[in-house]
Amino acid sequence: MSITDIENEIVEEFEIFGQDWEAKYEHLIDLGKSLPVIKEERKTEDKLIKGCQSRVWLDSEKKNDKIFFTADSDAIITKGMVALMIRVLNGQGAKDIIESKLEFINKIGLKEHLSPTRANGLVSMINRMKMDALTLSK
Amino acid sequence: MITQKSEHIKLDTELIRKDFPILNRSINNFPLIYFDNGATTQKPNQVIEAITNYYSNTNSNIHRGVHTLSREATEAFEVARKTIASHFKIKNEQQLIFTSGTTDSLNIISAGLSRSVLKNGDEIILSSYEHHSNILTWQLWAGENNGKLKIIPLKNDHSLDYEALEKLITPKTKIIAITHVSNTLGLVTDLTQIKAIAKKHNLIIVVDGAQSAPHMEVDLTELDVDFFVCSAHKIYGPTGTGILYMSEKWLRALPTTKPGGGTIKTVSFEKTEYAEGALRFEAGTPNIEGVIGFAAAINYLNRWGMKIIHEYELGLVNYAQYKLSEIPEVIVYGQSTNKAAVISFNVKDVHPFDVGTLLDKYGIAVRTGHHCTQPLMAILCVPGTVRISFAIYNTKTEIDFFIEKLKKVISMLK
Repeated sequence: MSITDIENEIVEEFEIFGQDWEAKYEHLIDLGKSLPVIKEERKTEDKLIKGCQSRVWLDSEKKNDKIFFTADSDAIITKGMVALMIRVLNGQGAKDIIESKLEFINKIGLKEHLSPTRANGLVSMINRMKMDALTLSK
Repeated sequence: MITQKSEHIKLDTELIRKDFPILNRSINNFPLIYFDNGATTQKPNQVIEAITNYYSNTNSNIHRGVHTLSREATEAFEVARKTIASHFKIKNEQQLIFTSGTTDSLNIISAGLSRSVLKNGDEIILSSYEHHSNILTWQLWAGENNGKLKIIPLKNDHSLDYEALEKLITPKTKIIAITHVSNTLGLVTDLTQIKAIAKKHNLIIVVDGAQSAPHMEVDLTELDVDFFVCSAHKIYGPTGTGILYMSEKWLRALPTTKPGGGTIKTVSFEKTEYAEGALRFEAGTPNIEGVIGFAAAINYLNRWGMKIIHEYELGLVNYAQYKLSEIPEVIVYGQSTNKAAVISFNVKDVHPFDVGTLLDKYGIAVRTGHHCTQPLMAILCVPGTVRISFAIYNTKTEIDFFIEKLKKVISMLK
């Protein structure tokens, strides 16, 4: 599936919540809980995205020209957002990842999490995902 | 506005709330509940109008012109100084210097002391719960001058270990720089004990009053410390304005480190004669509307007086602490009945960021994170806390709503 296809799939899934933000956040929290954790020993300094209230760790690797991500956060809502990003970008080509606009976040009404003042590390994480994709593609 | 019974004036929060236009806002379809007063307080119409009035009718540079506006602006500025000095019981208003805020004041003090008192290898004592602002400026000096910061430890109840303080003092110790109220825990430092020890060892006392001045009566004549600083914006006044109080001795002795327009008597290329009193430290055009707005805030508070405000806010704190203690998942840090209007807590196994994010969805503004006290966070072994801090317009009804939603948030996150 292409990035856009997965984004559309998520937008559709989120439509059932409508204006019920509590249900939406409960879903986001569930997504966070179900994201496989990174083992403590792999949460090294170089994988940590710093400068945020909630810490995010990101590990990237390349398999058969596709990029794969593992990520974790100590805050569960951030982790839910991280899970959505991974679902969209995992296993895609580097070029597609770098060029992705990730507009689904706006469409599912969670754009506020990408505001620079949220201090949740998501903007930095997306930047890091793209940087890693670029580095690994070379 | 106020009901006066002999000398007791009661707080009527319903009427007070009408003075704060921002409280009419709704956030995410809920009425705003603003519990982030430790970061900054909201402003009453009286302050907003004082600033608008200044720009509409009086705006002019001060201490310079001969024209009417300049005279009026200067007078308004100096009346503001008298108002604020009288509020803090400062005998000579020249001891009250206007700065851009607590941080600026602390930087001026440390720069002055580092050029006069402090020598290579000297020591400065701080508490475990200092705000970064009262650490960094001293640390910068220490790093360049082989100096040392010594830290008063906390006891198990998170209060300061005053007995340990005296053991930290050596002949090289020159200054105790300490916060009056912990911005994270709300605990009040016992300045009587600090003063007694400092006087015995001839140490300079610098008090960071950023979190005490908004919540309690501060009598600087009685307190009798070397320096006291605070910010207007945490006391219902505008941002970018603060005060630096210094004792008569330091008003004469502290070297000028921030020279500029307004601080001088005469200047030639060879030599400058500096002004006396507060002006020597007020370089450049000050935040005139900030100072005038600050005085309006002080006049507003003095309708009730700080004793009554403190009593009211203490009622809120103790009510909130009690309500929080009924929730088994909640851990309150620095629990005490003698607090300024600040409470820090966490929910077991939950990141404070998640709690703050969800409370915001209910229109409740709290602060989450390290509150610029990372060393304290390390001592408490937490990445951060959720902090609620109250002001005169907060109510028990708001606390009830907050507690109800906090329980809901916990059930969502668990």
